[in-house]
Amino acid sequence: MGMDAQTIEKMIKDGIPDAVVNISDLRGDGDHYAAYIVSEAFRGKSRVQQHQMVYAALQGKMGGELHALAIQTAIPE
Amino acid sequence: MMQQTVPNTVFERIRGDIGQNDVVLYMKGTAVFPQCGFSAAVVQVLSQLGVKFKDINVLEDNEIRQGIKEFTNWPTIPQLYIKGEFVGGCDIVREMYATGELQQLLESKGVSFNQAA
Repeated sequence: MGMDAQTIEKMIKDGIPDAVVNISDLRGDGDHYAAYIVSEAFRGKSRVQQHQMVYAALQGKMGGELHALAIQTAIPE
Repeated sequence: MMQQTVPNTVFERIRGDIGQNDVVLYMKGTAVFPQCGFSAAVVQVLSQLGVKFKDINVLEDNEIRQGIKEFTNWPTIPQLYIKGEFVGGCDIVREMYATGELQQLLESKGVSFNQAA
């Protein structure tokens, strides 16, 4: 089970084209990641909405195949 | 996401819980015995702030476990509600606690917590 970092990054970028994505594998087990995502598309949106955009990009994988992905979103300076 | 048709009784139950309690945490396990690291992390934040909350163990209620994800279009547990409003999951609650936004939100909603935390 679990997904690899490249797949996660690609899905996020497919869903949020201008996103700069930085993924770290928290435990090296392919199941616990942290993703730091910067995108102009987040501007003016609440944190919940920003994270929902990321979950949408992950097309339902979150909470299923992808057990643990800590998300941090930010807007370009 | 596999779109299960969730009986609206579940949504009514959810609206009931988040309507009657200032702070509600849908979690895995209970406040005393959290059974998931993410749920435990939110319980810790709320305890440090001295916030009273109703814990709802989704592991004991599969209908709520699925229903709550559809209710907010949020795929994971835990989920924190303050005065009927979805605040976020573990990442957002911890981030808001670190920046002080969670304390501001509690204050603006008239939910008591210990200011020192």
